[in-house]
Amino acid sequence: MDMPVPNAAVIAKKEHVVARLAEVLPEGAVIHDPAETRAYECDALAAYRCPPMAAVLPGSTAEVAAVLRICHEEGVPVVPRGSGTSLAGGAMPTADSVILGVARLNRVLEVDYDNRVIRVEAGRTNLSVTGAVEADGFFYAPDPSSQLACAIAGNIAMNSGGAHCLKYGVTTNNLLGVTLVTMDGTVVEIGGAYMDAGGYDWLGVICGSEGQLGVVTEATLRILPKPEGARPVLMGFDSSEVAGACVADIIKAGVLPVAIEFMDRPCIRATEAFAGAGYPDCEALLIVEVEGSPAEIDEQLGLIKQIARRHDPVELRESGSEAESAAIWKGRKSAFGAMGQLGDYMCLDGTIPVSALPHVLRRIGEMSAEFGLGVANVFHAGDGNMHPLILFDANTPGDLERCEAFGAAILKLCVEVGGCLTGEHGVGIEKRDLMGVQFDPVDLEAQMRVKDVFDPGWLLNPAKVFPLEASAGRRAG
Amino acid sequence: MMRPGTEAELAEAVAAAAGPLRILGGGTRPVGRPVEGEALSVAGLSGVVLYEPGALTLVVRAGTPLEEVERVLAGEGQRLAFEPMDHRVLLGGSGVPTIGGVVAGNVSGPRRVQAGACRDALIGVRFVDGRGAVIRNGGRVMKNVTGYDLVKLMAGSRGTLGVLSEVAFKLLPVPESVATVTLHEADGARAFEAMTRAMKSPFEVSGAAWLPGKGEVHLRLEGFAGSVAYRAGRLRALLAGPGEVTVETGAEANARLWRAIRDVEALAGHAFVWRVSMAPGAMRAGLRADLDRTARFDRVVDWAGGLCWIGMTEAQAADYAPRFGAADAVAGAIRFHRDLQAEMADPELGGGHATLVKGPEALRAAVPVFQPEPAPLAALARGLRAQFDPRGILNPGLMG
Ligand SMILES: Cc1cc2nc3c(=O)[nH]c(=O)nc-3n(C[C@H](O)[C@H](O)[C@@H](O)COP(=O)(O)OP(=O)(O)OC[C@H]3O[C@@H](n4cnc5c(N)ncnc54)[C@H](O)[C@@H]3O)c2cc1C
Ligand SMILES: Cc1cc2nc3c(=O)[nH]c(=O)nc-3n(C[C@H](O)[C@H](O)[C@H](O)COP(=O)(O)OP(=O)(O)OC[C@H]3O[C@@H](n4cnc5c(N)ncnc54)[C@H](O)[C@@H]3O)c2cc1C
Repeated sequence: MDMPVPNAAVIAKKEHVVARLAEVLPEGAVIHDPAETRAYECDALAAYRCPPMAAVLPGSTAEVAAVLRICHEEGVPVVPRGSGTSLAGGAMPTADSVILGVARLNRVLEVDYDNRVIRVEAGRTNLSVTGAVEADGFFYAPDPSSQLACAIAGNIAMNSGGAHCLKYGVTTNNLLGVTLVTMDGTVVEIGGAYMDAGGYDWLGVICGSEGQLGVVTEATLRILPKPEGARPVLMGFDSSEVAGACVADIIKAGVLPVAIEFMDRPCIRATEAFAGAGYPDCEALLIVEVEGSPAEIDEQLGLIKQIARRHDPVELRESGSEAESAAIWKGRKSAFGAMGQLGDYMCLDGTIPVSALPHVLRRIGEMSAEFGLGVANVFHAGDGNMHPLILFDANTPGDLERCEAFGAAILKLCVEVGGCLTGEHGVGIEKRDLMGVQFDPVDLEAQMRVKDVFDPGWLLNPAKVFPLEASAGRRAG
Repeated sequence: MMRPGTEAELAEAVAAAAGPLRILGGGTRPVGRPVEGEALSVAGLSGVVLYEPGALTLVVRAGTPLEEVERVLAGEGQRLAFEPMDHRVLLGGSGVPTIGGVVAGNVSGPRRVQAGACRDALIGVRFVDGRGAVIRNGGRVMKNVTGYDLVKLMAGSRGTLGVLSEVAFKLLPVPESVATVTLHEADGARAFEAMTRAMKSPFEVSGAAWLPGKGEVHLRLEGFAGSVAYRAGRLRALLAGPGEVTVETGAEANARLWRAIRDVEALAGHAFVWRVSMAPGAMRAGLRADLDRTARFDRVVDWAGGLCWIGMTEAQAADYAPRFGAADAVAGAIRFHRDLQAEMADPELGGGHATLVKGPEALRAAVPVFQPEPAPLAALARGLRAQFDPRGILNPGLMG
């Protein structure tokens, strides 16, 4: 993975920059000892590491603004960081950069049930947002699997999704306002407890901008009343084509499940060996979950089973209790852990049109043989967001490179069939150099022009998202 | 008027333009400052590009009439969930509304509270920027975080950042049945209380509106028949108190009622109409007392109290004017408009935005039609326009 050559002039004035930062931050909030900056050398894409020049942990929007003003004046690149769970290397530093961590900004500022919003500081973890309102019967809908650790700041920067996004949407559909600090230290208030923008949709473009337009310090989020209940049904099929057709029929029938999860045979076998959830040994497995009162759930599951039966399932198991629901979800929830037992793996995140599912799965199987690496598929089938897991051995020379080549081939396939490189994990450094597969230079140019407006000097997380050669002229300037 | 028939011709027309362009879809939503310039119609770019009912996705050319889009979707029992209004009712226009005009205005109706806005259903765009370059963003899949989200930026930018040539949507199935639970004789306090209770319930209300003129609060439920009946019963119990509660289950009656709310029919005869978006709680507290007391204007309240349409007749405006030494109806409306936008800018009230939707050109030319943004955002907006439209030829002045 190429990263830009660090700016020697910046590194040379490290002491000066650190001293200036220490002036505007409390004791202990500036980390510059190489032994300690190591803690920030990578995010969850741990294959790539580089300690930053320094890391700062401001405790207020004003402190964030002061830090950015100094870095702006000194020409120091800044990499914003939430909890460091990015799977795309979005929070990976460069040697000449300052990591700006928002973990200390973690307070709930306001809970307003009548308006169904919560305002939090952006370093607060995703799960603890729901935690703040669930006793009163509310929840925050976007729920990435990393929700125990990941921060709202990172969710906004990556426009993260979750298991329930088929019904409730992803972060951008649940975000009403932010406090954003731009690279020159200007504090900008955008949106609030009301709906939709009066002018341009700033929130829309900030959400998913991977920390390149500004640092988010506060957020107003939509909260929802909890449904009365939820229950899944599990079904197994002899072929992924049939499973795919069943998904399309469920969707067309007007049922709106909260989740439709798909697992293929390699994934089923791995999770069975690991978790013993009692899944059938079949080609494709679907878990479909619906919400409502007990009678409403019965009505929807009845219809879903009726549709499934038309596709000759090898297994059709409806949950009748909390315990049975947990058993059905047990395998799916341990899929990643189970794959980890088999060795190292790389998790991809492309999205495809649901109709292309059988073709794509067949091609992935063929490519698995060509590259000589195993692959298992877990899949948000309702929206086409794939998570192929490629198995490799980090200790075998050449295996990582082969795995990356295989991954790139899968992502190109996703684009070819009308999909995209990443459905929820973001581009970061991981998919940066594949952007040309999905976009023409003029498309990337249009996106980079937005960054030019917010951050003309390209100091904020500059080496991400855009192919290095495409952004070279701007980063140098 | 220029009327290109393909995206390439559209790009050529923009690239070759010698001066300002007035971008037209169907000419039915003349909202915003009047624009001087040569008319460029997108209506020639028409037709469905791709429709996959099983994947709930539609890709369509921007000049396609909205009616055609809705007809095609209805054929498969699907729809645009965000329920775009027909501005012809309120504005008295007669053109053919296009899907591009809907997107350019981020036009969303009553279902916005449950299913999201136009921008939430929009998953891809193709557009021609002010240089004449064809740009693609998003695509045809629901989950996509590849690069910046210019899709949302284009929604609501009213042709000032680019001319849309193609748009892609996530769709939803038309539910099996619908019911509206109506609370009668509701004053403001009762109405807001009822809408708030309904929205805090788990019953997935897909429309919550108050018609002050009639004293009715309408709460819509959609889904499978059994589920709708169950939720209607629960909602009815939730609203028990003063005022009769009735339930309407007829499909036709429901369609008519929600079309009337969506299109703000109650204010169709008013000369001046504003659209105000605020937190329901702030709306409930009322616009500042002097605004409220000075004249009793007519209103339609939607989005569970988050959206308020305010209508003023010529007579009401003329009556309002002298209190501020203003000479005539338009001067009165200008004064009201300024006060209204000042309210929105007052942080004490929690923020929001007010837009002048209907009024004579003299009025629309005299005031900032859209809510003026705070200085840092206004600077970013100028920066964006300079990047996407360096010659300043796309609907110049429309959005500031
Ligand atoms: C009472 C009244 C009557 C008017 N009558 C006329 C008239 O008869 N003819 C006329 O030419 N003008 C008329 N105007 C002027 C009108 O204000 C502007 O021409 C124009 O902004 C109207 O929008 P539109 O026709 O594109 O409407 P819509 O098609 O409804 O478009 C709404 C908005 O989206 C933009 N837009 C539409 N399609 C696209 C697209 N594909 N890409 C990007 N942006 C898009 C438009 O520029 C407009 O801002 C009238 C104005 C008033 C007040
Ligand atoms: C086990 C596991 C499971 C996962 N499951 C999911 C899943 O189901 N769905 C999903 O979508 N993702 C998932 N992820 C990916 C990851 O958790 C998300 O991308 C998450 O939103 C990152 O949040 P974070 O706080 O850790 O951000 P970080 O990793 O710290 O940063 C991510 C990006 O956000 C930027 N950023 C951070 N803070 C700010 C700020 N204050 N202002 C501006 N930009 C900022 C960073 O610069 C970086 O580009 C998973 C990751 C793991 C490890």
